[in-house]
Amino acid sequence: MDFEAVIGLEVHAELLTKSKIFCGCTTEFGGQPNTHCCPVCLGLPGTLPVLNRRTVEYTIMAGLALNCTISKFSKMDRKNYFYPDLPKAYQISQYDLPLCREGYVEIETEQGIKKIGIIRAHLEEDAGKLIHEESEGSSFVDYNRTGVPLIEIVSYPDMRTPEEARLYLTKLKSILEYTEVSDCKMQEGSLRVDTNISVRPKGSEEFGTKVELKNLSSFRAVYKALEYEFKRQSDAVGRGEKIAQETRRWDEAKGITIPMRSKEEAHDYRYFPEPDIVPIEVTDEWIEEIRKKIPELPHQKKERFVRDMDLPVYDAGVITADKALSDFFERCVGIYGNPKTISNWVMGEILRSMKESEIDSADIPISPEQLVRLQKLVDDSVISISMGKKVFDSMFKTGKDPEVIVKEEGLSQISDEDTLRAVILKVIDNNPKSVADYMGGKEKAIGFLVGQAMKETRGKANPQMVNELVREELNKINKN
Amino acid sequence: MELYEYGVCELASLLKKGEVSSSQITRALLDRIETRDKDVGAFLYVDREGALKAADEADKARKDGRDEPLLGVPIAVKDNICTKGTKTTCASKMLEDFVPPYDATVVKRLKQAGAVIVGKTNMDEFAMGSSTENSAFKKTANPWDYGKVPGGSSGGSAACVAASEVPAALGSDTGGSIRQPASFCGAVGLKPTYGRISRYGLVAFASSLDQIGPFARNVQDVALLMNVMAGPDELDSTSAPGKEIYDLNSVKSGVRGLKIGLPKEYFGEGVSAEVKDTVYGAVKKLEKLGAVVEQTSLPYSGYALAAYYIISSAEASSNLARYDGIRYGHRAEKFDDLTDLYARSRSEGFGKEVKRRIMLGTYVLSAGYYDAYYKKALEVRTLIKNDFDRAFEKYDVLISPTSPTVAFGFGEKSDPLEMYLADILTVPVNIAGLPAVSVPCGLAGGLPVGLQIIGRPFDEKTLFKGADAVLQTAGKLRPEVR
Repeated sequence: MDFEAVIGLEVHAELLTKSKIFCGCTTEFGGQPNTHCCPVCLGLPGTLPVLNRRTVEYTIMAGLALNCTISKFSKMDRKNYFYPDLPKAYQISQYDLPLCREGYVEIETEQGIKKIGIIRAHLEEDAGKLIHEESEGSSFVDYNRTGVPLIEIVSYPDMRTPEEARLYLTKLKSILEYTEVSDCKMQEGSLRVDTNISVRPKGSEEFGTKVELKNLSSFRAVYKALEYEFKRQSDAVGRGEKIAQETRRWDEAKGITIPMRSKEEAHDYRYFPEPDIVPIEVTDEWIEEIRKKIPELPHQKKERFVRDMDLPVYDAGVITADKALSDFFERCVGIYGNPKTISNWVMGEILRSMKESEIDSADIPISPEQLVRLQKLVDDSVISISMGKKVFDSMFKTGKDPEVIVKEEGLSQISDEDTLRAVILKVIDNNPKSVADYMGGKEKAIGFLVGQAMKETRGKANPQMVNELVREELNKINKN
Repeated sequence: MELYEYGVCELASLLKKGEVSSSQITRALLDRIETRDKDVGAFLYVDREGALKAADEADKARKDGRDEPLLGVPIAVKDNICTKGTKTTCASKMLEDFVPPYDATVVKRLKQAGAVIVGKTNMDEFAMGSSTENSAFKKTANPWDYGKVPGGSSGGSAACVAASEVPAALGSDTGGSIRQPASFCGAVGLKPTYGRISRYGLVAFASSLDQIGPFARNVQDVALLMNVMAGPDELDSTSAPGKEIYDLNSVKSGVRGLKIGLPKEYFGEGVSAEVKDTVYGAVKKLEKLGAVVEQTSLPYSGYALAAYYIISSAEASSNLARYDGIRYGHRAEKFDDLTDLYARSRSEGFGKEVKRRIMLGTYVLSAGYYDAYYKKALEVRTLIKNDFDRAFEKYDVLISPTSPTVAFGFGEKSDPLEMYLADILTVPVNIAGLPAVSVPCGLAGGLPVGLQIIGRPFDEKTLFKGADAVLQTAGKLRPEVR
């Protein structure tokens, strides 16, 4: 039997507001434990939350960018449960009246464009963090993150493969980054993903029993966990077994999912309207005001790159999928012009180096100015393009300026005619057979001689000039 | 006349004239507390040193030409209202050692107005109760009869004002917790309109119902305290915009032409005959003064108590969940794991009534019961509001007894449901978010009877006029003159 997966995703992203959702504390990541807190975010007796208007604006902006309907009337609710990282023992969230409803994002699959529906996007507060000190046999709590605003975006179960889930996440992330609603740094926890998956025979309209997956610390983990779970469930159903409705944990090291809790153990959160916060009323004027502030979105930027810069569609798609990368690209083009040349660097060396050293586009160790200067060294024939790539690697590792690297490593291109001619004459002397071959009509032999000359100069010779000079010298011999 | 017998406005005026210093007043009151509170037991904590220091500072400020409205006037605060650097226990073992690092907005405003905080008053644990018998720490007696309860939950605040230990005190009212003890002790107690006073720093019991308010021995004092405390607060988003300054003289402008409705449901079977008679007697006097009195009806009143106990317990179960033994408050010494730590800390830290309400509230919010209880209670809330809206189309105020009975004896109401019935005439006001005042209108069997005046939202001004008229016709009602 052929199976297909039915996948839905629940994404939490921290909003980039300067202060927390209900108090004036900073949202900055890190800091000494429990230094970004006050009586309000610690939920001390008698304190009250006051909703930060900016967090509502950010949520609405995200909703608009995700093609959602914005609720004119919305409210906060309490989600009750005990846990040491939750100082009030309830999370202020939104239950039945979320700020944003019924949206979608478009992903580009091999079969074409596909819409992934969004059920809702709502505003809520983050909890603190537990730090377990096994050696001391105790746990500590850091409340710095408590009250950092979050948007929770829940998709419809519209994805059919782990790859579609990956595409959806990539698109969602880029939209949140473009709107500057979130910086989406998974390693800092500002983007978190839970997913649920069920399987069913291909062609079936009914849903299978869904399993929730947690502890997914990267897009790769989401992909691998879904792949694993798809196989596990398909095999089980194929054997005639029933899938248990449960929450499973992805074990990154072992590459498997492990049961966490069953449906029976699921919490009753006892949601009810938060009486400390007045309902949120959103006027049309406010929505329009926010809509005007939405910056260019990834698909719009892609179209512009193709239209105005004549960039190939593929290049434009790859570059604009990543906001920081596209910003980097644009800054380079702004200084240098010639988008295609810059795109070659970005699509080639930059993406490769990022992947190899696992660096985020936001943390590229080279500045756009430095990249443009490197290209100018190539343009001015100070170094060859292949030498340029070596200099790039060195820049990426050290952050040094290209000129410094060229100088320190003595890489500048030899374009001095006399020097090159001397090298070439030596090569001709040392390779009589190739010379004879050329004279005998073997045009290809010239390549070997050029190669030898390049080798002799450890790649620093200006290849164009070497080519010309070799021909010149060989022609001289011919005439004699 | 002794210094402790003066009211807030009187003291403020004496201070202003320089006839007495705040230190003298504060000392006199601290002495009074020392002798009288042995029997009454209104205070959980008397801040002798802090009060004398504040009085001294007030006297210095006065010499420097300052003239804040309460400069040098002593006042007591219920122990569920946060006072920076001073224990705020909610009369619970759970918060026995809790010292808030902030002042409640009302306390901040009182201090800014120059008030001297003399101490924290006893109450039912977390404001849950109608007799102050649920305090984890001590018993407070009714100054009129030490064998009777002072009412609750703000029993300490009502008792210390009635016993002339302080001229005024703050309480909180979730279902009658200011008005009922004011009624039992013969004090004036105001529950302002929901949102009139910031709740910031009031340890929450039921957030949608809680409201801070003043106790005093006359109506002008209540109005003055409102002038200091009321008004919007950026730390409480449910605080209402706009601020009204009450003209203290117009408090005495009488009730001529005032349209009074007497809701028949509030004079029903459960209300004792002597209380009814006393209230009717007071209303008669108002009529003679030119008020227009008619009987009316609030048909959904019968459902108010049930709705109240569902809504307040639901909110309480969530508000009190933060007391988990992790960060502050009581923590069990021995425990097996996290769940056990929660269970033991909360079992040990909370008293019986608090646990009862937490369980009730948790139950009504649980999956499968929410619609039948909590949602239905919210619907009833709307109906009760509508009842009042309709009545206020015709009447300026509604008058009823504050409590079905005068003060009862200790241990007399051992059945919790019987105790809950003590709130039957006060809870509808909280459900509708309205202002209401309890004012002594006479004695029955030697104990004070409270008359409740309910007003339109944010129309405390009219309540003051009515209450002052009632108080004047009732004459001086002090435990001493009994």
